[in-house]
Amino acid sequence: MLARAIVAIMYLGLAMSSAPAQPQPTPQGPARAEVGAPPPNGPAQETIEIGLSTNRVRITSDFTGADLTIFGALDNADPLISRQGRYDVIVVLEGPSREVVVRRKSRVLGIWMNTRSESFVNVPISYSVATTRQLQDITTPASYRRLSLGVQNLHLQPSDTLNDPESIVEFTAALRERKLVTGLFSENFGGVEFLSQNLFRATLRLAPDVPVGTHRARAFLFRNGAFVKETSAQLAIMKSGFEQRVFRSAHDYSLLYGLFAVALAVATGWLGRIVFRRD
Amino acid sequence: MGIYLPIAEMSVNPIVLLAMGAAVGFLSGMFGVGGGFLITPLLIFYNIPPAIAVATGANQVVASSVSGALSHFKRRTIDFKLGGVLLLGGVFGSTIGIYIFTMLRKLGQLDLFVSILYVIFLGTVGGLMLVESVRAMRRAAGGGAATLRRPGQHNWIHKLPFKMRFRASKLFVSVIPVLGIGAAIGALSSIMGVGGGFIMVPAMIYLLRVPTNVVIGTSLFQIIFVTAYTTVIHAQTNQTVDIVLAFLLMLGGVAGAQYGAKAGQRLRGEQLRALLAMLVLAVALRLAYDLFLPPDSVYSLAGPGAL
Repeated sequence: MLARAIVAIMYLGLAMSSAPAQPQPTPQGPARAEVGAPPPNGPAQETIEIGLSTNRVRITSDFTGADLTIFGALDNADPLISRQGRYDVIVVLEGPSREVVVRRKSRVLGIWMNTRSESFVNVPISYSVATTRQLQDITTPASYRRLSLGVQNLHLQPSDTLNDPESIVEFTAALRERKLVTGLFSENFGGVEFLSQNLFRATLRLAPDVPVGTHRARAFLFRNGAFVKETSAQLAIMKSGFEQRVFRSAHDYSLLYGLFAVALAVATGWLGRIVFRRD
Repeated sequence: MGIYLPIAEMSVNPIVLLAMGAAVGFLSGMFGVGGGFLITPLLIFYNIPPAIAVATGANQVVASSVSGALSHFKRRTIDFKLGGVLLLGGVFGSTIGIYIFTMLRKLGQLDLFVSILYVIFLGTVGGLMLVESVRAMRRAAGGGAATLRRPGQHNWIHKLPFKMRFRASKLFVSVIPVLGIGAAIGALSSIMGVGGGFIMVPAMIYLLRVPTNVVIGTSLFQIIFVTAYTTVIHAQTNQTVDIVLAFLLMLGGVAGAQYGAKAGQRLRGEQLRALLAMLVLAVALRLAYDLFLPPDSVYSLAGPGAL
């Protein structure tokens, strides 16, 4: 928690551009800016694309969180609506899911101890959102709930639905709140910027303890407050080299790992005695 | 500047950890204990998840006990037979301890239970040691010789059956209390991530009446094996041993231990014990304070079997 000031920035490139995006992203989407003209046969449905120049991100030993940039484009966008700024995009990066237990402490004989708990299934470990505007300015709460979109509307499934509904509401809220506080869930309003009429750039926050595994990037397109289209892409986040090997061996070869840890301790103790002996 | 711990999954400052290891190593060398009872709470204060602090603490104690036991081996102050019997009980107790540890973790009461155990044991041992050493200091000031061992005097423990002779300790006692002490400390070792030296040493002196000159060496000798066993089992059942964290602590620890042992020789026994007692009490108070302090948030998240 001391060294979080340094924020590494990873740029994921532009899917449709031939070269990966440069650190100073001024995408010159070749000839792309003009394709938004309506096709001859009446107004076609807009579509949205996002692209990742790499499908894996490696976490090194000095990882202290980062901003992840995803580029995307609209196809068949209506230039009039574009000019009026009535297209909205929400980009979500969702980490792998896991069962989560939320526990509540209360005072027992003056001591704070865990007393009640509620477990939830398939909770994404991390969930970052970037939007073009404040959520309430894009679409209706009902629409967010239907799409299970946004930290407050993400559907969280309790594993035991027969529990007291009030308690489920309380623990669901607590789960969102804890995830937001730890940075694993984050919302970046205004994190999606239109670079031209069709091109946009989304900036998502990765927490320092972002989980490894397969993440899913999803982009949602809204026109005049109505949901139009969704697209998604996969992204693998992994620990690089040494960290990954340690983590994997601790889980895959746990007995050997334990024996190695002991051998290392014996060797260190013995060498330490030789090197630093003072008697 | 930070270093990423692959198992704890967080960035930490390696200088802080090296210093922590060195400070604890210095104290452990000075007092002849493994230092696990200081390392684990310090790691918890440093926001390392308790499950990882406990397992990694045990791993670190292996290194500091090897380092300490080697110097006792050279001075021939280890009773291998007594250590062996204690170890037998220790392995049994440690296995039970791991089982309790896993259960508590599932129930979400691990952190609380570990803290309470620390407060109880550190508080009791620290309090008793302080009282005893202050008395010894008074006696020494009054001119009398301070002795812990009163040979003619026997307690109920010496009346139990299955007696065994331990030549190096000049003891003839039943194996039941020896196995029992070994098992109890083995269980504590796996739940609390300590070698148990701070309980083993007084238990051997006061309950078994082992001569003080072989107590520390023998205790260190058997702690190596109990903590090694605990480390392997924790690694296998809970995957909570962070080898990078352990290695940083060990490096600081073994260096500090040798300087500490040197410094310890200049202090008198009862002063040393009074100092250790105050240190132990301070850690106990700090942990007790945290138990009663309202938490930042009453809610916490946990995986089903994880962190």
